[in-house]
Amino acid sequence: MKTILTAPQLAITVKRLAHQILENNPTLTDTVLIGLQPRGVFLSNRIVQEVQALVTSGSIPYGQLDITFYRDDVRKSLHIANKTDIPFSIENKRVILIDDVLYTGRTIRAALDALLDFGRPSQVSLCVLIDRRFSRELPIQPDYTGKTIDTIISQKVKVCWQERDGVDEVVLE
Amino acid sequence: MKLSTKHLLGIKDLTREDIQLILSTAGQFKEVLQRPVKKVPSLRDVTIVNLFYENSTRTRMSFELAERRLSADVLNFAASSSSAAKGETLLDTVNNILSMKVDMVVMRHSASGAPHFLAKHIPAAIVNAGDGINEHPTQALLDAFSMQEKFGSLEGLKVAIIGDIMHSRVALSNMYLLQKMGAEVVVAGPPTLIPKHITEALNVRVEYNLRKALEWCDVANVLRIQLERQNQPLFSSLREYNLAYGISRRVLDQLGKEIVVMHPGPINRGVELDSDVADGPYSIILNQVENGVAVRMAALYLLANREN
Repeated sequence: MKTILTAPQLAITVKRLAHQILENNPTLTDTVLIGLQPRGVFLSNRIVQEVQALVTSGSIPYGQLDITFYRDDVRKSLHIANKTDIPFSIENKRVILIDDVLYTGRTIRAALDALLDFGRPSQVSLCVLIDRRFSRELPIQPDYTGKTIDTIISQKVKVCWQERDGVDEVVLE
Repeated sequence: MKLSTKHLLGIKDLTREDIQLILSTAGQFKEVLQRPVKKVPSLRDVTIVNLFYENSTRTRMSFELAERRLSADVLNFAASSSSAAKGETLLDTVNNILSMKVDMVVMRHSASGAPHFLAKHIPAAIVNAGDGINEHPTQALLDAFSMQEKFGSLEGLKVAIIGDIMHSRVALSNMYLLQKMGAEVVVAGPPTLIPKHITEALNVRVEYNLRKALEWCDVANVLRIQLERQNQPLFSSLREYNLAYGISRRVLDQLGKEIVVMHPGPINRGVELDSDVADGPYSIILNQVENGVAVRMAALYLLANREN
């Protein structure tokens, strides 16, 4: 087991991602943040908190998207659906999708399909905490990356959050 | 987590965890049904046949809509306009349909146990949409979903099932489900429409006085008087039934508390329910119909999984 990010490193990385998002979307008008259920939401909660602290006027539109019903392996293994909550229109908005780990890219493919059923965004970009490069099965790349790592298939990246696992860290098993 | 069963034949075969899984999945599908595009691609490689040997409006349309919202391919079969009228047996009919590569069968039949018989003889997953006087599992699930939505939990909820308990598959499925989920059940109706030994067999209390049942309960699930299933007169007239067991606004207003009124439909207005109740503020009948689609999507989605 190898630690990729410790708690202080994770906190700095989340801060940087929030700043990068603000850098590219300075006014945050027409920008919405959507975290992917279930585990991407822990990251998106933190990022939204950071961004909100940096922006004084108004609150950022923030939603959660569950992609269970859009998976391409829906009949091979059963997945339990989580809550989707997008209480605003994404029509003509710049959507930033947020997830914890980018691996094969299949989750993001499903997320794009799910997202487009809510409307037609003007742009969709992707923010991930960990990018496992060289393991993509679809042509999908992140726009905001916390940390890029090289892994082999047998390895497992585990992202732990204080709220859920009692500790903030990213480890490779 | 997955269902403990390959088919949905009755609530009797489900565990408490199965019921919770179906209800929580239905909650997510209900959100899908509020979206601009009320459809997900989950079952786009699945073909489902709706095999209706008995008439139905709500259940058939609700199942068909649920299947289409899941992107399944749908075949409809009505016995009255098919070769069943020429004398083809149930098993022959179904085997012929299955040879056209159908994955799931949703069936309603007037004979109790017909879907159980099919489940033993064919490989497809079977969903019981009502069999004779046995069970109607998806109705009980949507009733439970509607109650849970209204009250938050089924645990400790007091439910009175009122009317023709003897001939009602909705009543039986509801009794099984409510007890598994920790609700209390009372059945109420005229003695001729309540099976003997129901207290011993199903552990429910019987109440012959409508007012007492209503005063006790949080929810009154009112059943239809099934004239087509009665070979002998079990009460003297519809008017008399209405006087003793019909629910009117006046009766509800006198209770001194608010209860929720449910009905699986179709309503015999002026018999078991008066119009001022069916269309009034106590009724959640149309919510039940709305929830029916989400609940059936959940059941079909969970059964379509090949792992089962």
